[in-house]
Amino acid sequence: MKASKVQAWYTSKQRREMFDRALTYVIVTALAVMFVIPLVWTVSSSLKSNPQMYIFPPVWIPNPIQWENYARVLQEIPCALFFKNTLWITILAGAGQVLTAAIVGYGFARFKFPGRRVLFMVLLGTMMIPREVLLVPQFILYNNLKWVDTFKPLVVPYYFGGGPFTIFLMRQFFMSVPTTLDEAAKIDGAGAFRTFWSIILPLSKPVLATASILSFQWHWNDFISPLIYLQSRENFTVSLGLRMFQSVAGIGGVPKDNLLMAASVMALLPILILFVFMQKHFVRGIVMTGIKG
Amino acid sequence: MKASRRQALQGYLFISPWLIGFLVFTLGPLLYSLYVSFSEYSLFGSPYWTGLDNYQRALFEEPLFWKSLKNTLYFVALNVPLSIIGSLLLAMLLNQNIRGKTVYRTMFYIPSITPVVATTLIWVWILRSDFGLLNMMLEKIGLPAVPWLSSTRWAIPSLVLISLWEIGGQRMLIFLAGLQGINQELYEAADIDGGSVLQKFFHITLPMLSPTLLFNLIISIISSFNVFTTAFIATKGGPANATLFYVLYLFKNAFEWFQMGYASALAWLLFIVVFAVTVLQFVLSKRWVYYESE
Repeated sequence: MKASKVQAWYTSKQRREMFDRALTYVIVTALAVMFVIPLVWTVSSSLKSNPQMYIFPPVWIPNPIQWENYARVLQEIPCALFFKNTLWITILAGAGQVLTAAIVGYGFARFKFPGRRVLFMVLLGTMMIPREVLLVPQFILYNNLKWVDTFKPLVVPYYFGGGPFTIFLMRQFFMSVPTTLDEAAKIDGAGAFRTFWSIILPLSKPVLATASILSFQWHWNDFISPLIYLQSRENFTVSLGLRMFQSVAGIGGVPKDNLLMAASVMALLPILILFVFMQKHFVRGIVMTGIKG
Repeated sequence: MKASRRQALQGYLFISPWLIGFLVFTLGPLLYSLYVSFSEYSLFGSPYWTGLDNYQRALFEEPLFWKSLKNTLYFVALNVPLSIIGSLLLAMLLNQNIRGKTVYRTMFYIPSITPVVATTLIWVWILRSDFGLLNMMLEKIGLPAVPWLSSTRWAIPSLVLISLWEIGGQRMLIFLAGLQGINQELYEAADIDGGSVLQKFFHITLPMLSPTLLFNLIISIISSFNVFTTAFIATKGGPANATLFYVLYLFKNAFEWFQMGYASALAWLLFIVVFAVTVLQFVLSKRWVYYESE
């Protein structure tokens, strides 16, 4: 086709729209594949025999498929213990975070008190403090309390409102709940806490679910706090265990990159499974607060 | 009168968990760290007042301080624009009328929810100079291999690449929510007036999206200044301190060398820089951020 013909073909409105649309699909698909390839490659690597890891061109489908890589990871590091520790921290901290954030959020949404605006601004202001700035003094504090190498530094602080993002999320939700419900409960003689607990909270399941997911993601993936506070292996979380495995896998002998990939897949799996079932809440949480755990 | 006092009391009671937590776990430590930053402290004994020594040491005596600051600024300068522009483009692509939107969205978003340690290990494997997937693919299409994480020149761009992959989908989601909030009638009106694609982008999309843009920008800058885990796992600051980022340097001083005083001074300097940048953005944002309700 000559250039003029191409141009004529393209100027037809219908064809142009079709062409643009096809182009969009091609670009979006290519980009999406690029985002997923690293994960596919990881799963593939995790099932390879050691020699297959290091051949050119890359092998995508392992032959033979070595499921025993996963069994070997379980032998080399106490995965079950690390999973148990992480789950324990995640649940204990998450429960405190969601519950106390709901209480505080309700306080900011429903009650008028002197200084409310200022205090809320302070709360929002704490979002701007990089937590790295607090690492040293908080470590000193927990060190003096003899909390280091226990789960306490990773759990207890979350029973105090659970951080500005979660409180903000809750408050925004409660602002959208009509106050008529509170007033009706008040007329029936219910106290403030009772109203909150048995009228408002049961209505708040969507936001509680969103906050729980965010909290789970945050605590499950957290690395820097466990790194600082947990020292003995018995207390390690999955992320710490993975880092430990990274350092031992690199020492002498046969390289264990395939096992390292298997261990990484195991660390990814719980959060991916949760994501499959709760995708809506993940998306909502991110859109409303914009944080990554 | 009595009812309002009662209400105030109840309000304070409800927010008291946060108020106590703020005093004990945030404000207290913040002030204490200011004090420690003017002293020498190794966790044993008590802090020994040394005045401005730590600050003087950071600013005038330690070449690693400037090195780590320079590395961090380089990372911020690469990461922030690329992640903002990239995720905005992704969001605009996905905001078209295409099928399978949720599937695409999930594919972009999945890296954002996974543990950073695991994804970083994955990337270390992909970016290996020998037998790394990326280099093997480059070789296949006839391009020279790149010594990604192991060269001083490529190490920071490599970490930017990892970070874009890890966070791009999430920033995209936020943009997507912003785009979906734009009133479609504006575009229809522009179509009637014969507005071009670029005109629509600069005169409708960008102004209407500016609050979302500001939000993403601030979050992106703060998190880029605090880059830590990826570098800690992938390079440990190497090669030759090429990826020694500020927070990594702070971490080493505090938790490997136990120089709590010096590390606190570093933390405060970081706080001041990040705070100044954030305030500056809010001030500048008055010129370019458009709020519909005003």
